[in-house]
Amino acid sequence: MFAYCADPSTLQGFAWLTCYLTNGKHLIAYTSIGTVLLLLAITAPTALAFGFGGAIAARSRVAPVRWFGQGYTAIVRGVPDIVFFLFFVIALDQALEWLRHKALCPDWDEPIRQGSDFVVCTAAKLPLSASPQWVHEVYGFLLAVLTFAIVFGAFAANVLYGAMRAVPTAQIETAEAYGMTERQSIWRILVPQMWVYALPGLSNLWMILVKATPLLFLLGVEDIVYWARELGGTKGVIFEYPHPDWRLYYFLALLVFYLSLTQFSEVVLRRLSVKLSRGQATFAGERQRKATT
Amino acid sequence: MRTLIITLATTVAMAGSAMAQDVVRLGTEGAYPPWNFINDAGAVDGFERELGDELCKRASLNCEWVTNEWDSIIPNLVSGNYDVIIAGMSITDERDEVIDFTAAYTPPDPSTFAAVSDDVDLTSGVIAAQTGTIQAGYVAETGATLVEFATPDETIAAVMNGEADAVLADDSFIKTALEANGDLQVVGDPVALGGGVGMGIRESDTELRTKFDAAIDAMKADGSLNTMIEKWEVSSKW
Repeated sequence: MFAYCADPSTLQGFAWLTCYLTNGKHLIAYTSIGTVLLLLAITAPTALAFGFGGAIAARSRVAPVRWFGQGYTAIVRGVPDIVFFLFFVIALDQALEWLRHKALCPDWDEPIRQGSDFVVCTAAKLPLSASPQWVHEVYGFLLAVLTFAIVFGAFAANVLYGAMRAVPTAQIETAEAYGMTERQSIWRILVPQMWVYALPGLSNLWMILVKATPLLFLLGVEDIVYWARELGGTKGVIFEYPHPDWRLYYFLALLVFYLSLTQFSEVVLRRLSVKLSRGQATFAGERQRKATT
Repeated sequence: MRTLIITLATTVAMAGSAMAQDVVRLGTEGAYPPWNFINDAGAVDGFERELGDELCKRASLNCEWVTNEWDSIIPNLVSGNYDVIIAGMSITDERDEVIDFTAAYTPPDPSTFAAVSDDVDLTSGVIAAQTGTIQAGYVAETGATLVEFATPDETIAAVMNGEADAVLADDSFIKTALEANGDLQVVGDPVALGGGVGMGIRESDTELRTKFDAAIDAMKADGSLNTMIEKWEVSSKW
């Protein structure tokens, strides 16, 4: 990065450290922070949408829809995350490739399963082996987002389902007495009021999601925990910047990163909680009302 | 969700429109110097990087490097995420049941124990090895207590901080580790394990295996493989 970094073996002290911390490997590691934040930014709303859909489905008066909603939460919440990540993602990937195979290579005569091998025609590979590495990475990343969304969506569905039931029935009855349809009473009365009851549960889920990102590496996405382990490991003379086992320092940096992320989330969630409690028939809402009058 | 579908669709479309040329994806671990490691520029480097590039050139294949965790390196080959494992993987009967191997590119070499003190009891002590390696299999069969780690680097760290009495790994990896850790020393007698190191290839991919076999044989014949082995000090020569 800097001009004086050309020959690292001649460097000492601070100059060595600046060169070390800006070598190609570290620059890649810094971008993985962005990967993690991007994953959180995409996954959180997607999981919330999955959860909302699940909760609405679980409340439905149509029996099959209700079974679907309840089955989704029950199954996903019961299966260990790591099983879900290893099995579901490989199965999903193979299902997509199988569909493309059926569509793109109709005259393929070999079996798809040969012993333990899963063989589809070259044109059906997802992504194609010929596509550049970043396409493979984006694909893996999207699989990760989808898996996280399904897993955390199931938990969110349960939280939202409970929150919907916590909204006082009198409110819904009043809405119906005013002549609102069921749909109107859901969107105008139930949904705006349920968030305050859902927030504690959802904030827990958010914190768990923040800490679950190292599972990314199971899907081949290199996240910050992978890089901390890789960069901190003992580096012999074969490397340009040899150093002993520095994992402690790298993991301390991770600690600082995760603690600041948690602290930041706490602040945002506290403000959100104050905002959502306004005018609500809860303790917090009542306290706000008294404070202003 | 809608954005997700759109992005997914775009990715699929892009993947579909890319040119269909012969690309062979080489999967490695990137954590086992001097065999394979991630260099300071963030790229795959080491003996197997140089060997793999040379073999691809000789077989006129267009190769691309990917890294994968050791634990899931065989399942991901079998499900088609990459086409070749080139990660210092010894040829064993158990692995041969699931995947195929090319001809060995390094001869069978003994594995070495390393420890901090030289009075370690290798038959009843605590021995560290990487999960799913021939060394881990060997330690499990002796009377010693096996502790397994996901990465090779962690096995060395376990010995350095006293969690394990000794570590068992390939001789060349131990030598590299000795250079980086002053207190570490070779202990006991080396043990002969495995049938040499080869590239792992899907059993259904016979064509690719034949190409690499021919390239490996050619490199053995003209001595360039020996030069490479000598340069990286990974094993004995052919």
